[in-house]
Amino acid sequence: MSTYTERFKTPVSLSEKEFTYCPGCHHGIAHRLIAEVIDELNIQGKTIMVAPVGCSVFAYDFFDVDGTVAAHGRAPAVATGIKRARPQNIVFTYQGDGDLAAIGTAEIIHAANRGEKITTIFINNAIYGMTGGQMAPTTLLGMKTTTTPYGRDETKDGYPIRVSEVLKELRGVAFLARTKVTTPQDVLKTKKYIKKAFQAQINNIGFGLVEILSTCPTNWGLTPIESMKWLEENMVKEYPLGVFIDKVG
Amino acid sequence: MEKTEKILVKGTEAIAEAAIRAGCRLYFGYPITPQSELTEYMARRLPEVNGTFLQAESEVAVVNMIYGAASTGKRVMTSTSSPGFSLMQEGISYIAGAELPCVFVNVVRGGPGLGDIQPAQSDYFQATKGGGHGDYKLVVLSPESLQEAVELTSHAFDVADKYRIPVLILTDGLLGQMMEPVSFPDFRNLDDLNDHSSWALIGTNNERAPHRVSSFDLDPVNLEKMNLNRHQKYKKITESEKLYEEYKLNDAEIVIVAYGTMGRIVKSVADKAREKGVKAGVFRPISLWPFPYEELEKWSKTAKLFFAVEMSSGQMIEDVKLSINGKRPVEFYGRMGGIVPTPGEILAKLMELI
Repeated sequence: MSTYTERFKTPVSLSEKEFTYCPGCHHGIAHRLIAEVIDELNIQGKTIMVAPVGCSVFAYDFFDVDGTVAAHGRAPAVATGIKRARPQNIVFTYQGDGDLAAIGTAEIIHAANRGEKITTIFINNAIYGMTGGQMAPTTLLGMKTTTTPYGRDETKDGYPIRVSEVLKELRGVAFLARTKVTTPQDVLKTKKYIKKAFQAQINNIGFGLVEILSTCPTNWGLTPIESMKWLEENMVKEYPLGVFIDKVG
Repeated sequence: MEKTEKILVKGTEAIAEAAIRAGCRLYFGYPITPQSELTEYMARRLPEVNGTFLQAESEVAVVNMIYGAASTGKRVMTSTSSPGFSLMQEGISYIAGAELPCVFVNVVRGGPGLGDIQPAQSDYFQATKGGGHGDYKLVVLSPESLQEAVELTSHAFDVADKYRIPVLILTDGLLGQMMEPVSFPDFRNLDDLNDHSSWALIGTNNERAPHRVSSFDLDPVNLEKMNLNRHQKYKKITESEKLYEEYKLNDAEIVIVAYGTMGRIVKSVADKAREKGVKAGVFRPISLWPFPYEELEKWSKTAKLFFAVEMSSGQMIEDVKLSINGKRPVEFYGRMGGIVPTPGEILAKLMELI
């Protein structure tokens, strides 16, 4: 008879495919949390994923659910089409900051404003990942990227966009929170938020979004440990954590 | 098909009603002249048949909503006019790549740019040669009357479903805005429509492996394979889905080639030419892709001259020339900017040519 309890097993909603992300990248943690939530809510069989363009373009291969991949920035519109065609399904999008806050600004704002019954997981790592480290709308002031080699300058490049603060003014939003996954406590809190964002959809209340501050060690030019520290010391200041809207209760 | 009762309707509304009768219950759109009545008709009519209407924030969003809805396997459509259709090109490339069945309507107006809101045929290249990136094709159908528009709308959904391909109904503001008596087909039974459950995104229900709807593969060998398969399908469509009309061609020395609104007008040009002793006939492509190349080429054995007439600077004429391949001269007459040429001015040009 076993003397220990198994506490850490692969969520059923994750496929057997190994993640292809760089060491220290937070996509893996975010994926796992989403899968655990899908398992716990018992919605795997009716969930449809809209994967993004960028590093996580293969996300639908990592989740054991039906899925498609949207053009850059268009995931909320694609998800809207799916959800309107099949309201009985659970639809979620997974988007990065270039995807959601630059080319897809219109789509996310209007989907949120319509109170579209979809869930969005928004990965904010302050940089373009797959295209090789260019400036994102969320890049911090002074931060060096391949297209801000002298540091982001607000007089030329404008200010970092605080997406959650923008979205919180929209009345269609049912759940909205910003979080991080750098400590075990953060991970547990993030999972709770993701669950609420899905619950907002399941309960037919409205649009749900969780913004997860994340690392990109490869394009930041830092080790995974240094990246976590940099996120804590710099990103959290620019992007305050917390729950902005919670109509789920 | 019940055809006894005729109703006087506007072009855009005829297409909308025909789509609903064909089983379309999802419409995503954005207003643009001269087709906004189609969007408005859907807003009013779809709730009556338990359908879904949504006015999106832009044509860019519309085409991606179409992508999403079509990926569930249901019958879905949108309509727009030239500048709006340009905005949809990104999504159309993705839809063609992901091989999703859906129907687009482009009520063409004068261009380029903002142009004007009058009828034109200047989107032919964009429609038939691929306005978006990558090697892909849309089935493109162009009606000459409202009755034909109704029939082609039903046909468009069937072709889209049969081949998993986007189908475009290419018309113009003249047809869109005119009124004609039309008889509508009966409502299709939704249960009889194509079963897309083998690939559509409807949830695994924990019973099968996940479905993937996508236009991409980062491995070039796999992507080429995907593209080759798609082109096999295009070949099959080319062999079986060509549509055209021949009018007084048997003894014709001059073959007037025109489509849509112009295809209708040039029939009276041919009649008037015959009154003057000039044997003219009309070849009217109805499917602009696949273009009826061989069917048109056939007439080069008997006719002396081909005469393309378009409301553009000359776009379809390139396909006419490809058909005739230098065997006979191909002349052109066209008006631009939203001007519909009169039968008289076309006849005058024709008489100059002989």
